[in-house]
Amino acid sequence: MSTNAYYIPHKATWPIIGTVGLMITLAGFANVLNGSSIGPAMMIMGLVVFIIMLAGWFTLQAVESESGMYSTQVGISYRMGMMWFIFSEVMFFAVFFGTLWYTRNLSVPWLGGFGDGPGRSTHETLWPAFEAMWPTNGPGEIGGEFEPMGTWGLPFLNTLILLTSGVTCTWAHHGLLAKNRDQLIKGLIATVTLGFLFVGLQAMEYHEAYTEMGLTLGSGIYGSTFFMLTGFHGLHVCVGAIILSVVLFRSWKGHFKPENHFAFEAAAWYWHFVDVVWLGLFVFVYMM
Amino acid sequence: MSAVVAEHDDHHDHGPEKGLLRWIITTNHKDIGTLYLVFSLAMFFLGGAMALVIRAELFEPGLQFVEPQFFNSMTTMHALIMVFGAVMPAFVGLANWMIPLMIGAPDMALPRMNNMSFWLLVAGALLLASTLFMEGGAPASGWTLYPPLVLQTGAALPFAIFSVHLLGISSIMGAINIIATIFNMRAPGMTLMKMPLFVWTWLITAFLLIAVMPVFAGAVTMLLTDRFFDTSFFNAAGGGDPVLYQHIFWFFGHPEVYVMILPTFGVASTIIPVFARKPLFGYSSMVYATASIAFLSFIVWAHHMFTVGMPIAGELYFMYATMLIAIPTGVKVFNWTATMWKGSMTFETPMLFSIAFVVLFTLGGFTGLMMSVAPSDFQYHDTYFIVAHFHYTLVPASVFILMAAAYFWLPKWTGNMYDEKLGQLHFWLSAISVNVLFFPQHFLGLAGMPRRIPDYAVQFADWNMVSSIGAFVFGFSQLLFLYIVIKTIRGGTGEKVTDEVWEDASKHSLEWTLPSPLPYHTFTTPPKEIPTEHF
Repeated sequence: MSTNAYYIPHKATWPIIGTVGLMITLAGFANVLNGSSIGPAMMIMGLVVFIIMLAGWFTLQAVESESGMYSTQVGISYRMGMMWFIFSEVMFFAVFFGTLWYTRNLSVPWLGGFGDGPGRSTHETLWPAFEAMWPTNGPGEIGGEFEPMGTWGLPFLNTLILLTSGVTCTWAHHGLLAKNRDQLIKGLIATVTLGFLFVGLQAMEYHEAYTEMGLTLGSGIYGSTFFMLTGFHGLHVCVGAIILSVVLFRSWKGHFKPENHFAFEAAAWYWHFVDVVWLGLFVFVYMM
Repeated sequence: MSAVVAEHDDHHDHGPEKGLLRWIITTNHKDIGTLYLVFSLAMFFLGGAMALVIRAELFEPGLQFVEPQFFNSMTTMHALIMVFGAVMPAFVGLANWMIPLMIGAPDMALPRMNNMSFWLLVAGALLLASTLFMEGGAPASGWTLYPPLVLQTGAALPFAIFSVHLLGISSIMGAINIIATIFNMRAPGMTLMKMPLFVWTWLITAFLLIAVMPVFAGAVTMLLTDRFFDTSFFNAAGGGDPVLYQHIFWFFGHPEVYVMILPTFGVASTIIPVFARKPLFGYSSMVYATASIAFLSFIVWAHHMFTVGMPIAGELYFMYATMLIAIPTGVKVFNWTATMWKGSMTFETPMLFSIAFVVLFTLGGFTGLMMSVAPSDFQYHDTYFIVAHFHYTLVPASVFILMAAAYFWLPKWTGNMYDEKLGQLHFWLSAISVNVLFFPQHFLGLAGMPRRIPDYAVQFADWNMVSSIGAFVFGFSQLLFLYIVIKTIRGGTGEKVTDEVWEDASKHSLEWTLPSPLPYHTFTTPPKEIPTEHF
């Protein structure tokens, strides 16, 4: 931290590149969904631009940070930015947890004839034989027969893996603070490895669900909430593990000082956030 | 906190980039503010043109000009464009321009992200506008995008949904930037309770945005998977519930409408004291009222759904909770009135728009109170009464205050004075026509005319004709505004304004202590004195 000034960059080219990339990606995806033949090419092109932007922008930030252009005050802006970003992610997951709560506790019981809610007349006129229960694929038995996901096999192992990765991440942080580069790098390697291991096991679980249990995204409300919640979480684990890999690479390059390592902190906060979301998933999706 | 200095060693030349590139790669809060404002004005005219299509069709009963499907696309797109393209970006533009100036900061806290949040907005708007030309037409479900109706949209559906995602990311980035700026970039001595109220209202608005934009993103994501990936979130046969969408949407939607009104309150609280030549009455109660309104906005959402068939306990809870909002809102209206009480007022255009805002917003607030009463809401629900209600809180409130803000700050931004006579003409044309436009809709609604229908029974003909006449007068009056703005930017009346622009304005807020027109970079060193007029 060689300067006291608030660093204000004057020309930014990455934002517009990223915007164009993201827009082409999404327009491409929309075309894919509509069955249009230009969709896949567009989507891949957009993604490539977007990834180039990510690499370029983050490299720029890392170079600027290492050359001491960011004052303590700039660092505070970054930390606030990351904190509020994580808050927005919390709200995003809250929607799907809320959906799970609402369907389990309100709409499915109403469809089964409980309470004086709106679903009761639906029960009486459309599906008088439907009995409320969980898991369910609804009175129309959408998606056909399925077997619900168990708790104490892979999911429990994954819980242990993520919790351990939280510990190794903190251990790495202690190494960084104590100027013990070896501990920092070893801790990060362990964290990233555990992260990708988690994703791998999750993929195995999905494979088993689709091929052996008849459990798919289309298995009524149980399949919908199960795959939406665990899927978005898995995606976040992937992103978190990639961020941590970059942090690992930078640590190996000799970046970060005990008093200045925002990227490490942000990655660690993000990692702990996906960890906490998983605990919520384990309790509300797998256990209850 | 150490002193705030903008310059970095590498950048001693601080003029803007030459040519068009300046606007694409700029990180300057004033440039980005201008981009937002110009963009929102363009969207205001696009959305306005759609409103005129609606009013032309409704000029008399029967189907004259457009197909019903296209009519419904117009109501949907008009709303989406006005909410996400015009009103919200206009306030973000003002935030970009004014927050750093008002708190004595050299720029926004995260300038590169600031650039990206603007361009993502443009990208989102492009995706949305492109749906107008697609097979099956633009979304025609109403801006609330309720399933199952919205799932019948043609090729436009995924584009509309991804547009919402982009607009959401843009808003969240903008909001994070605003919060970081306010918390981290204030000049020494600018304590939270010394901030101008516009800054306070935006701080709270930004919090609302970060809290609810992801919720909307989640809701439309579930629409996407229900349509394309066989999920059953909003399908009762699979154990889901279409009403669930309404709950999630309005959990977003109610804070969202306050996103459009809280900065409005902030600008009004900034303008009225200057022209009343008095400090704002009840500064701290304004802050607490704003925070209370924001808090309440999270716990009242289902008052949009009284007729959907909720358990009676839910109806009662949401009815009483909604009524509570009248209390902090009443505090605000009282404070604006008390600020004007015994002030030595003058009535320049910004003040005229602000006074009209206080009166007409209160009217819109009262109709809101009427609809909070669950049993009587069954009569008003989905009629023109609700249309009249929310247009009163948006047009002669948010839009009028945006006009007021333009007249108030344009002289500061450009160094040129607008034409006061034309400004007053614009005001009176707008203020009269907006009432001709929306007031009769109350009668139509109470008499039972439904919204979002291209045709109507003959007994509604007279008031619809009056309303349409008001609409066309209001719409074309805004071309006068465009003319005044362009004229002001290109030299105005020729009279150069002082640094203060308005008498004693520098007692109220920091921006008036700076030169007019504003230099490209301001507060590269923090201001020495903080105005404390609002005590």
